[in-house]
Amino acid sequence: MVKKKKRQGQSEYFFDYSLLFIVLFLLGFGLVMLYSTSSYEAAQKYGSSTYYLMKQLRSTILGLVGMMVIANIPYHFWERFYGFGYLISVVLLALIIPFGHESGGAKRWFRIAGMSIQPSEIAKLCMILFLAVVICKMGKSIRSMKGFLALIALPLPIVLMVWKITSNLSSAIIIMGIAVLMVFVASPDYKKFILMGLAGVVGVALIVFIIVNMADSGSLNYRGDRVLAWLDPEAYVSDKGYQTLQALYAIGSGGIWGKGLGQSMQKLGFIPEAQNDMIFSIICEELGLFGAIAIILMFVMLIWRLMVIANNAPDLFGALLVVGVMGHMAIQVILNIAVVTNTIPNTGISLPFISYGGTAVLFQLAEIGLVLNVAKRIQLKEV
Amino acid sequence: MLESGNRTFHRKKITVVFFLCAAVLFILFLRLVYLMIAKADYYGGKAVELHERERSIKAARGRIIDCNGQVIADNKTVCTISVIHSQIEDPETVIAVLSRELSLSEEYVRARVEKYSSIERIKSNVDKEIGDRIREYDLAGVKVDEDYKRYYPYGSLASKVLGFTGSDNQGIIGLEVIYEEYLQGTPGTILTVTDARGIEVEEAGESRIEPVNGGDLHISMDMNIQSYATQLASQAMETKEARSVSIIVMNPQNGEILAMVNVPEFDLNNPYELPAEATVSENGEAIALSAEEKQDLLNAMWRNGCINDTYEPGSTFKIITAAAGLESGAVTPESTFSCPGFIIVEDRKIRCHKVGGHGAENFVQATMNSCNPVFITVGLRMGAETFYSYFKQFGLLKRTGVDLPGEAGTIMHELENIGDVELATISFGQSFQLTPIQLLTTAASIINGGRRVTPHFGVKITDTEGGLVRELQYPVEEGIVSEETSALMREILEKVVSEGGGKNAYIEGVRIGGKTATSQTLPRGSGQYIASFIGFAPADDPQVIAIAIINRPHGTYYGGQIAAPIIRQLFENILPYLGIMDYNGVVTE
Repeated sequence: MVKKKKRQGQSEYFFDYSLLFIVLFLLGFGLVMLYSTSSYEAAQKYGSSTYYLMKQLRSTILGLVGMMVIANIPYHFWERFYGFGYLISVVLLALIIPFGHESGGAKRWFRIAGMSIQPSEIAKLCMILFLAVVICKMGKSIRSMKGFLALIALPLPIVLMVWKITSNLSSAIIIMGIAVLMVFVASPDYKKFILMGLAGVVGVALIVFIIVNMADSGSLNYRGDRVLAWLDPEAYVSDKGYQTLQALYAIGSGGIWGKGLGQSMQKLGFIPEAQNDMIFSIICEELGLFGAIAIILMFVMLIWRLMVIANNAPDLFGALLVVGVMGHMAIQVILNIAVVTNTIPNTGISLPFISYGGTAVLFQLAEIGLVLNVAKRIQLKEV
Repeated sequence: MLESGNRTFHRKKITVVFFLCAAVLFILFLRLVYLMIAKADYYGGKAVELHERERSIKAARGRIIDCNGQVIADNKTVCTISVIHSQIEDPETVIAVLSRELSLSEEYVRARVEKYSSIERIKSNVDKEIGDRIREYDLAGVKVDEDYKRYYPYGSLASKVLGFTGSDNQGIIGLEVIYEEYLQGTPGTILTVTDARGIEVEEAGESRIEPVNGGDLHISMDMNIQSYATQLASQAMETKEARSVSIIVMNPQNGEILAMVNVPEFDLNNPYELPAEATVSENGEAIALSAEEKQDLLNAMWRNGCINDTYEPGSTFKIITAAAGLESGAVTPESTFSCPGFIIVEDRKIRCHKVGGHGAENFVQATMNSCNPVFITVGLRMGAETFYSYFKQFGLLKRTGVDLPGEAGTIMHELENIGDVELATISFGQSFQLTPIQLLTTAASIINGGRRVTPHFGVKITDTEGGLVRELQYPVEEGIVSEETSALMREILEKVVSEGGGKNAYIEGVRIGGKTATSQTLPRGSGQYIASFIGFAPADDPQVIAIAIINRPHGTYYGGQIAAPIIRQLFENILPYLGIMDYNGVVTE
């Protein structure tokens, strides 16, 4: 049902500077915090305190360039690649098996020309595009049960591959979450989703219950241990609870106003690789509750801005693209902060724009570029 | 364009998604508030605990200083060498250097260097020069910490009195134990902040609580007298092939001990080194000792015979019998006796040391002769109850309270068990035991006018700068004997030296009082003896009292012949030194 609309004669040229500003702020803030968090470890490990900063800066600049390019390509241009994107995701994920680069006990990366590329990040973007196109193509049939089930089933191969091949449950959850949110927006129904949500809650509660009861039998795999460590990190301090507990120490030491930028103690090796998933705990330690709220508010503004753009998107395709990006950002921020504060069991999820990670920032900026282009097509009169 | 109907529900749903996300973020925000406000102290405290390393700074132990200001127990700087596993960069060099410099086996060092621990001690009590040398190698992960070690400049002198300290600088025996609370000081601490590997974070700085050094203990011992007395005791031990010789020199007026010798002494700087005869058998082979055997031998070596061991005093105890007799009125100096060479008590015949007997003699002469039958008579006249009450009055039955650990008590019959035979033997110093310090203190109290003094070394505690921290006070009990009895006793005991059995202690021109003793070692019948002599000077106003005890001499074993000369030589030297040589009022016949 998607039609390309020519917007000739549109005199008011719209560019969403608010979104751009929020993203630039988060990037800048992220780099400052990244340097603060990683400099000690970088100096110890690589002899240069800016080791991580420089790598991240390179990815960020590359990402910004990419973002500006994508922001100027009409988003309908990408429509034709939706099947290709899905295929690429499958192929890349499959290639991890023979060619993947192992780091920290997990095989998740390709190393190409000195850069690490994480296919699951690519898969997220491809999934957003794929579902946006498919939903638009389905039209009203989405309201039928069959259509709904098809939409839920389509992302599953990718989700399972990400989970099983790269043993990256968190990315799998994010991709599934994005898919569910997009279907939720596209479908007028609430009941199914409420039921799904309830089923999810009951399922999770049941799993936790089973794990706790199995704890004594000692037949748990490492995810089971993580759940137990989540419930009582101090009992697993030497093992699975270590990182969580260290993050809690960092957060607790921050207090209301924090220790001041650069004054974190926990980054001195107590939280291993704090610049990755645990960077938010260092933000809490250095900038306190005040700084943490400021960051959360920035993300709320980002999501709000994405909502505004989605609501005013010229067509469903554009809206769904933005919803996908919005879901991606929101899920990742929520899960990251939830993990760091030990609200949910520990699983590796990075904080968008702030955590260290080249592929992630590259693709997140690409997504923002896509959103900026959708925003560009908004008829100002309607805003 | 979206159809308007669709558009409405899409918009609505997108808005729902936004508010869902915002709501979840708000919950997380509440969680943060909880963690960062309610739990801030808990987690923050845990974090500080994790980051801070406490290193204690040892306080320098107080010195021990003799009455002339000579330092007899001091501290010297030594080093402790340890390795920090995570900081070692070149383990092979570290192992090589440490095993070479510290003369340790390579395996020993390697095991410690390669052990995964935060800090591993390689060797302590390393000389400062070696420590400095190791520091100059500037090896990563090797830590050289300076520390104090007890050092005794006089080596073995007064070893059993001073005592020594253990690995934590705590007193093990002797004065080091008794005055521990003053000497030890209060250790300080350095609080440093470290990263996860234990490396100190420099910019974090350190908070430091300075240690308070221990106070200096000033004792009454005079190292010159101690050293001379030790020399005399060693000579006697050697020439008489005795098992041990003890000498105590005390001021009878206040109980200050000037010297306390127990040869053989041991080396305070190597207190765990047993004498060669204990570790090497006669044919030159090393004797394998179990840990327990070794500890027993060490304990025996560290024992202070003057205080920890009791013996049967023999005739020196007649000082007490005489004082009790005179005080009770059972006897006067003029009382006359007749000694046939023995006395029959109940069914026993107790012999005098002079087989033919001393014949007719008054009490003064009997004391000079050390005549057993006379003293037995005096004892029997008093009766057990009276005699026993004087023991109590003289303070014989309780400990002297000397400021040294492990003082032994007097082993005396219970009053109800004292029959005439027991009374008779007690009268001349047999059938019970006491410590040399007890006998000397009681004798001092009898001749000093009747004041029971507390024998002691400690005089005062000063801080490192010399400021007085505490003047040590000791109880004095007045009226042990009357002034008259005391004067009489001085007179009688002076005659013992000038004319009687103690004449070997006589020094021309000095008034010296004293009493000899020869007793058997227990159990009786071993043919081993203890020869002893108590002497004091000047006899009319005693300023110094001394006892010499020769344990198991070979050859001549009479106290008058072998112990009295020791006291004479001692007095010949120390009386002029103490400035109390008296050339005038020598009592003549």
